[in-house]
Amino acid sequence: MVLLKIDDLKVHYPIRGGVFKTISDYIRAVDGVSFELKEGETYGLVGESGSGKSTIGKAILKLINMTSGRIVFNGQDLSKFSFGQMKPFRQDIQMIFQDPYSSLNPRKRVADIIAEPLRNYQCLTVGEEKKCVQNYLDKVGLNPDSMYKYPHEFSGGQRQRIGIARALTLKPKLIIADEPVSALDVSVQAQVLNFLQDLQKEFKLTYLFIGHDLGVIRHMCDKIGVMYRGRLVEEGISEEIYENPQHIYTKRLIAAIPELNPERRAQKTELRKKIAKEYEQLYPEYFDEHGRAYDLKSISNTHRVAMP
Amino acid sequence: MEKPILQIENLTTSFKIKEKYYPAVDHVSFSVFENEIVAVVGESGCGKSALALSIMRLHNHQRTKIEGEIKYKERDLVDFSERQMNQVRGKEIGIIFQEPLTALNPLMTVGDQIEENLTFHTKLSKEKRRLRTIELLTQVGIPYPTRTYDQFPHELSGGMRQRVMISIAIACNPSLVIADEPTTALDVTIQVQILELLKSIQKDTKMGIILITHDLSVVAEVADRIIVMYAGQVVEIGTVKQIFANPLHPYTRSLLKSIPSQVTNKKRLHVIDGMVPSIVNMNRERCRFSPRIPWISRNAHEESPDLHEVAPEHLVRCTCYKHFYFKGS
Repeated sequence: MVLLKIDDLKVHYPIRGGVFKTISDYIRAVDGVSFELKEGETYGLVGESGSGKSTIGKAILKLINMTSGRIVFNGQDLSKFSFGQMKPFRQDIQMIFQDPYSSLNPRKRVADIIAEPLRNYQCLTVGEEKKCVQNYLDKVGLNPDSMYKYPHEFSGGQRQRIGIARALTLKPKLIIADEPVSALDVSVQAQVLNFLQDLQKEFKLTYLFIGHDLGVIRHMCDKIGVMYRGRLVEEGISEEIYENPQHIYTKRLIAAIPELNPERRAQKTELRKKIAKEYEQLYPEYFDEHGRAYDLKSISNTHRVAMP
Repeated sequence: MEKPILQIENLTTSFKIKEKYYPAVDHVSFSVFENEIVAVVGESGCGKSALALSIMRLHNHQRTKIEGEIKYKERDLVDFSERQMNQVRGKEIGIIFQEPLTALNPLMTVGDQIEENLTFHTKLSKEKRRLRTIELLTQVGIPYPTRTYDQFPHELSGGMRQRVMISIAIACNPSLVIADEPTTALDVTIQVQILELLKSIQKDTKMGIILITHDLSVVAEVADRIIVMYAGQVVEIGTVKQIFANPLHPYTRSLLKSIPSQVTNKKRLHVIDGMVPSIVNMNRERCRFSPRIPWISRNAHEESPDLHEVAPEHLVRCTCYKHFYFKGS
């Protein structure tokens, strides 16, 4: 079943100039992106910074206004709703933010941070609320006593888990994880990733996983969309993207993955040089005269590539 | 054998916390040779950055005690006065900080920031400094150096800012550059470019580089030798080939195992139990990694563990590596 369908989503920002501040052009942060998320699957959006991946995540929650397009969640078109009408849907869609150091209010206790969504949506007694918070703290592997502590008393990984607990309290269907591990160490990263997978099984969650670390994305995602300058340039299941990349940009991205075997260092450098050259040469074939990627064309059941 | 550029002998950096000194870097010894990249790896809180700042003597001297020897070209930096140190910083040893946006001055143009270094350390005329700065910007691969010269840091992208940081560090042709997590804040494609840039600059100038990072894949890409640090101590030293082909210390092995692999999909990642101990309450007598591998019997560890040579240039701390196995295997 399709849980979230994004259809031709566009987010444009006007560039104003001249004496009367007239609109001279637009920055096309997201320029016609369409994809679908099935229930229980993990969809990964990868791309460099500035490619518009986070903007998509924020546009789904209406944290940013979109210019045009449709976002259909659970059969209902969210794009028609106003910010206020979105309220019931925010229960079902939650977000985990990138930086656990700036996404938790330093003046609130953990209990208040985690209970905030509950206070907004449900009327619970103090006792019920406490029980609920303790339950989720336990779920994310933190000591229930830590509910009276402040965020600065925790390490990065623990803070990220507080952020996850906050996202879980309303039993959402979809979680948008915007680079949830890029601020963490490898060992802590492993912990958080494992944990996200466990929760997915337990709560039947659907993830929209936004990231730039291709190793992490491959580990987590069933399906991957590669973004470049506000457009999807390739989409497919993990194996297709990693083993058989078709678009020149995807090829370059895959070649940039660090090589873990020091013996093959020279080979990898050669490969990168070759692909960089190819990229220069073939660029006009993959992008139109404005440097915009073409629309996606299916080359197999699941694999779509932006080709002319 | 050639002389190392930098030779660190039993370096101990202690921080004063509530009237007592606690070592964050504990008897660390290693050396860096010409044209070599030495990587220091470990989780946050292992003392990597404290080590880097000790070499540059950038710690607050009222609350820090540095003991041991930091021999830079036969001279001991530990005994240097602040004035002598200023001659070393930027001229002899350059440093690249992690977050270029916070490390660069937002109120100065890029050109002025690079020139500051040249003004202080060289006798070049104003015109020559400008030329040298533009030459540096070209060297680090900035597309329009004359335009960038007059821009402010906020007008540049993350990758470009990091290039500016690098050009500041290499402005006076230092023989050693310390790079503290130079690519952590950057995208994969940019990361590759920055690493290639560091390598190509090294080829021209033959400088030594100390690369501080927690990302083992970066290390595998560029380093010649690796120093693995845990809780302030060196737990393993070896060449890249030795460490990646034959990691011995349980900490090194656990770190390598927790990287999401490119091949296997959807399997659970390895997690190291517990946390890096804080420097205040840490048992310094026994193997510092032992609380995180409780299934290994206590007898496997040494009393006050030492570094053992297992192969030429390959050192491992404590005897527990001989008995180590992963839980559940």
